[in-house]
Amino acid sequence: MASLARLRLPHARLPLGVRAIQTTADTTQLHTPPSDHSQPFTVKLHEDSFRSHQCEKPELEVEVSKDQLLTMYRQMQTMRRMEMAADSLYKAKMIRGFCHLAIGQEAVSVGLEHGIERNDRVITAYRCHPFAVMRGGTIPGVLGELLGRQNGMSKGKGGSMHIFTPTFFGGNGIVGAQVPLGAGIAFAQKYSGEKSATFALYGDGASNQGQVFEAFNMAKLWDLPCVFICENNKYGMGTSAERSSSNTEYFTRGDKIPGIQVNGMDIIAVLQSVRYARKWAVEDQKGPLIMEFVTYRYGGHSMSDPGTTYRTREEVQRMRSTQDPIRGLQRYIEDWGLATEQELKQHDKEAKAEVDAAVEEAKASPFPTDEHLWTNIYQKGTEPPFMRGREREELHYY
Amino acid sequence: MYTTHLGHSCRFLRASCLNPISRRSATSAAEAPPAGGHLPSVATSNLLQVMRDAALRTPGITWADEDPSSPARNIVGGRETRKMNTYQAVRDAMSIALLKDDNAVVFGEDVAFGGVFRCTMGLAEEFGKERVFNTPLTEQGIVGFGIGMAMLGHTAIAEIQFADYIFPAFDQIVNEAAKIRYRSGGQYNVGGLTIRTPTMSVGHGGLYHSQSPEAFFMGASGLKIVIPRSPLQAKGLLLASIRDPNPVIFMEPKILYRSAVEQVPIDDFELPLGKAQVLQSGSDLTVLTWGTPVYHSESAIHMLSSPPPGLEQHIPNSLRGAKIELIDLRSILPWDVETVTESVNRTGRLVIVHEAGMTAGAGAEIAAEVQRRCFLKLNAPVKRVTAWDIPAALHYEKFLVPDSIRVVDAMIETLSY
Repeated sequence: MASLARLRLPHARLPLGVRAIQTTADTTQLHTPPSDHSQPFTVKLHEDSFRSHQCEKPELEVEVSKDQLLTMYRQMQTMRRMEMAADSLYKAKMIRGFCHLAIGQEAVSVGLEHGIERNDRVITAYRCHPFAVMRGGTIPGVLGELLGRQNGMSKGKGGSMHIFTPTFFGGNGIVGAQVPLGAGIAFAQKYSGEKSATFALYGDGASNQGQVFEAFNMAKLWDLPCVFICENNKYGMGTSAERSSSNTEYFTRGDKIPGIQVNGMDIIAVLQSVRYARKWAVEDQKGPLIMEFVTYRYGGHSMSDPGTTYRTREEVQRMRSTQDPIRGLQRYIEDWGLATEQELKQHDKEAKAEVDAAVEEAKASPFPTDEHLWTNIYQKGTEPPFMRGREREELHYY
Repeated sequence: MYTTHLGHSCRFLRASCLNPISRRSATSAAEAPPAGGHLPSVATSNLLQVMRDAALRTPGITWADEDPSSPARNIVGGRETRKMNTYQAVRDAMSIALLKDDNAVVFGEDVAFGGVFRCTMGLAEEFGKERVFNTPLTEQGIVGFGIGMAMLGHTAIAEIQFADYIFPAFDQIVNEAAKIRYRSGGQYNVGGLTIRTPTMSVGHGGLYHSQSPEAFFMGASGLKIVIPRSPLQAKGLLLASIRDPNPVIFMEPKILYRSAVEQVPIDDFELPLGKAQVLQSGSDLTVLTWGTPVYHSESAIHMLSSPPPGLEQHIPNSLRGAKIELIDLRSILPWDVETVTESVNRTGRLVIVHEAGMTAGAGAEIAAEVQRRCFLKLNAPVKRVTAWDIPAALHYEKFLVPDSIRVVDAMIETLSY
């Protein structure tokens, strides 16, 4: 098998004439130079920012504003700082268990939030920390949850992968299991006549799970306002997309569901594509859509994976230095005269200070009390008479 | 009390009693036992409510239009019952749920056409195809979809066509539905989710249509598992399951869909989850069961006190007066430990009857807890009468299910231990 896999490796080449998506983070051009920075202005994405399957591509001209770009910058920087803080806390053995970091993929979580509305719903897999914050959570709440503290967003009972807000249906630890849930949430939205959509995210690894296809089928069959988003960071745990998937064009895998592939390293491309998808699902009511964000994670799959056994250090280094989403946006902001390097450095400092304060707040929060071992299993008042405890003789009576 | 009857072991009974029966059936068609052995039909069971008044006074019943905190009334005037079989009662419950809750929907494979057991007959016509709809053949997807709906506060009544098909959805049920409340620290729950599924044997179901998978879910705290024994029970327990703020797997014994007929109140009512029901009081031995074997156990108790001619010689006279307590567990998770242990502490003997296999069946859990709580009161080991640990093969199904003969055999062994 190994030799077979190797035979196929010289990448699943695109047919002649099909251009590959490009994933640089800094190729968007200023279209009309803004005369006044308080007004929105138009920029033009690289022509290879999108590919599409059975549908039109999003427009390359995107309306943005100075405030929005600076907010995105600040948020991406803060999310990266938060993940780095989680990394240190894990290495200091303060976070136990599992921890999957999204460093390198910030343009997806932040860009998604800027393209959707507050009452849209988001559900994703285990690489979920930035989404939780963007959807109304807090950084101390996320770090507290990772540390298993009372101030955690799930009161310390979930840990990494189990973080929720009223419009964010969580990190989900079972690969692919969140995708049919997303279809069900979208059904409830449609049933209630809500003008909103569900964005159900999964990775390139999960895209080979059977239930993902079950969800695709139901969503298309019933025309649900569900946008399925494949975050393709090129590796499902330690197996590259080419070694795991017979078709690595994830945006084409929805059978009759149209799809678009997006440069997931340029946050402006992400923003534009999410606006397109929301219009598709909510305003135009065209049913489900598949999106594929081509992105990259700098770290390993989880904390126990150094991330360098199945890819070269050079590859990671090259992505970091040439296609980083934060550096890309930084370059736009500076080139377009929206802020100076000094001003951005000030943002960086504030992001670091915010995360540092959150770390201290989370560390200061106590662990959950023993009584919460027994709560939230059944609805209060409907529990069984007792539950078994940690020792043979420990029984908890409700 | 029964220690003088050690000689009447189960081996003795099996060897000497089953053979004459089979010999007789081979030689004389006129005397052949009914198909499936010595089982009086469910239709003649004394456990089924055939009288309006008794049906309306079912223990534990709560009426939706009455304030539960007001003093209990003994007046049942103004309420009507109708003769229903189990599938009609299940349909009636879903009809009430759909009528009273605009966010309730019913979905599953072929449910819009009435379902394979007719439980959803006419519901699509009555409530619209938006609310009662067919799904693709996609069990994992059905349950995941239902969980997503329920997370938004909707009432999702999903059908898995046979309990044998629930395994593709095992992950969604155990890892998502059961855990979502805990892992979100109470922010989310899927209390609106109810998964209905036909269970147990039907006499000719074979490998994939006769299984009883309730015990596979017993470790999934956060779930409830309910198995009714009759039409009235099915309606009350199903309405309680649909409205329970926790996800519930509601397993309907498929052989009872048509064969069990009862007077069922037509009003909206519930029966309590997590509560067993003592069907017959006794002081010498407790028989604990649920679903179809309730009726096998009932006839076994009858056989013990008044054995039919072919069995007479095998039932010791001294045991015929034994007072047997029969309990229908009804909720498998959480199971009613208090009622069961209170009973066993009085009787000192327990026989558990279920259709699933013995190894790690629900009886194993119950027996372990009973021996811990009733150890000094037990006069005999807890006896389990179950299917064998083999697949539910078509031709062997009648040997597989615990019938009345095996239950009476177990009672004799336990009483004379």
